[in-house]
Amino acid sequence: MSVTVANDPPVTAPEVRFAQATQLQLTWWRFRRHKLALASLVLVVLFYLVAIFADFLAANDPHATDARRSFIPPQGIHLFDEGGFNPHVYGLKGVRDMRTFKLSYTPDASRKLPVRLFVRGYDYDLLGFIPTSIHLFGIDDAGPGEGVFLFGTDQLGRDLYSRMMVATRVSLSIGLAGVTLSLFLGVLLGGISGLYGGWVDTLIQRLIELLRSVPTIPLWMGLAAALPNTWSVTQVYFAITLIISLIGWTDLARVVRGRFLALREEDFVIAAELAGASQGRIIFRHMLPSFASHVIAATTLALPAMIISETSLSFLGLGLRPPAVSWGILLQDAQNIQVLSGAPWLLLAAVPVTVVILAFNFLGDGLRDAADPYG
Amino acid sequence: MNLLEVQDLQKHYPIHAGLLRREVGRVRAVDGVSFQIARGETLALVGESGCGKTTVSRCILRALTPTSGAIRFTPENGRAVDLATLPKRQMRPLRRHIQMIFQDPYASLNPRMMVGDIITEPLKVNGVPAAERRERLMELLELVQMPPGSRTRFPHAFSGGQRQRIGIARALALHPQLIVADEPVSALDVSVQAQIINLLLDLQDRLGLSMLFVAHDLSVVRHVSDRVAVMYVGRIVEVAPTDALYRAPRHPYTEALLAAVPAPDPNRQHRRRVAQGEVADPARPPPGCAFHPRCPYTVDRCRTERPELAATESGGWVSCHRARELELAGVR
Repeated sequence: MSVTVANDPPVTAPEVRFAQATQLQLTWWRFRRHKLALASLVLVVLFYLVAIFADFLAANDPHATDARRSFIPPQGIHLFDEGGFNPHVYGLKGVRDMRTFKLSYTPDASRKLPVRLFVRGYDYDLLGFIPTSIHLFGIDDAGPGEGVFLFGTDQLGRDLYSRMMVATRVSLSIGLAGVTLSLFLGVLLGGISGLYGGWVDTLIQRLIELLRSVPTIPLWMGLAAALPNTWSVTQVYFAITLIISLIGWTDLARVVRGRFLALREEDFVIAAELAGASQGRIIFRHMLPSFASHVIAATTLALPAMIISETSLSFLGLGLRPPAVSWGILLQDAQNIQVLSGAPWLLLAAVPVTVVILAFNFLGDGLRDAADPYG
Repeated sequence: MNLLEVQDLQKHYPIHAGLLRREVGRVRAVDGVSFQIARGETLALVGESGCGKTTVSRCILRALTPTSGAIRFTPENGRAVDLATLPKRQMRPLRRHIQMIFQDPYASLNPRMMVGDIITEPLKVNGVPAAERRERLMELLELVQMPPGSRTRFPHAFSGGQRQRIGIARALALHPQLIVADEPVSALDVSVQAQIINLLLDLQDRLGLSMLFVAHDLSVVRHVSDRVAVMYVGRIVEVAPTDALYRAPRHPYTEALLAAVPAPDPNRQHRRRVAQGEVADPARPPPGCAFHPRCPYTVDRCRTERPELAATESGGWVSCHRARELELAGVR
């Protein structure tokens, strides 16, 4: 019997690159084509850089209060002075209107406060372990009540810009911590559910339905109210993370279970089983790599939900409590109409929430589309 | 001693209904199938979709656990074991003797593994040292006529036919004694089908393979099989040596399947007896002969009495009440 050999077409260099591309490369090539997702990725990375270097970026101590500088409106930096480059802000003179008892500020053009890069300010630990006092920008030898207030100040005279930097760290990290916990619970319980099936599966699925049927706000209210008053800020932080991820894991568990059920029937998984591969090898070599990308995409899409949860909880006064600083806590200050009419700049804290959530959603969409380069 | 002897194999799926999940019926996917495969022989298992042929093959591979029956497998220099009742744990050391070629060359290769790793995975999980694996990989690539450079590439770089060659190389890696090929060419283009069939023929010659070749029509089977078993609604209706079956089918269903084989000569007018209607529902098979609602030769007896398999003079078996009297059309 004659056998015809399949003719191989001449192979070009890009074809070899494609032929030998791993899943990660294929995913990246496809993700790169999604411009909006790519821009979102850059934005998200920037946000996390802010979270890491929050204290370095802050210009004033975010916790320092000063009654003499409450409700200062956002201040612009003047870049040029007498023909030369000399960034500076004017000193402010607070005058109380004796009829309304409101402080109003007038810039004092005779007092120029030079704004410098890498100035010494309040002490902090860079990356959590390098004690320093260098800040990106600020005013050298700031006297009492002096400073750059890019986004203005709140009622207690705390610099909103600096507080937003520090709040970014808390809000973004609480989302990350919540998602990590959800991921762990979701993969574990979803995996057990999909792998073993039967009554275990039924039990876990009914539990998920039960958890999802409970209205979240009252549940969180109840749980948050149960937190002892005496707990420190850190303890409350971790408790809130736990409460948020209590609901968050259910989505991920469903994704993981679905993938397990689908993959169990895949020919290449059956092939491995018929080859005599162990259960462990089948799960870790064949099944997990096949849905890791889906899980990453699902996680990215779960993050904004976590951030929103923290923000709304703290906004309602159920989440973190001052002196902790988070986006929700900053927005709490903007709750009443009196403050809003007098100091609308406090609403600026809503901007990063919106931006980061949109960015995460676009990023998650892009990842989800690129996740399965073979589909 | 035959390599494989399947006796009265049954695989039923219970149908549950209601809150208490009571069993209200059974899908008899495979309902009493018996056949043998001798060493070096290729048996084709043919039937329409849903007749249970894939279920039979999955039972032999113990991807499914049969409801009842025996699957006696006798490896070379080994004792006969009944695969039907073997616990999964004891099945693992036997897996290396029975390997499978899949229908869909796209789904059967893990897209995240390089071709070399895919082919040598059976060797790796069975503890073959790395140096030996590399050597065997080169042998296998040559055997299925793939360039040696394929080993560092991923499956997405290959066409359907090439992927099927990779799948065949993987199935051969452990020197299996029996290969179960589940419609290995149905998903391929006709021109590529010929290449793969030729490759299988070549391998039969060179390696003396024993094979269970599952197919849904009779067109490709003629070239590869020594004997053909035709299945209908969970049962074998006719078994015969390939030539005898094609020349003189004894069961009306076989005749219908043969009539469906496309003729390469456009001028030749076939006496077409393509089966009318749909395949019977294996949950509610018709009484008597399961084929009687679609059979052009039905008599009253067919509607009430189920025919048993009976030996024919040409060395086959057929289950039809009128097998002796009918003159059925075959192909040249």
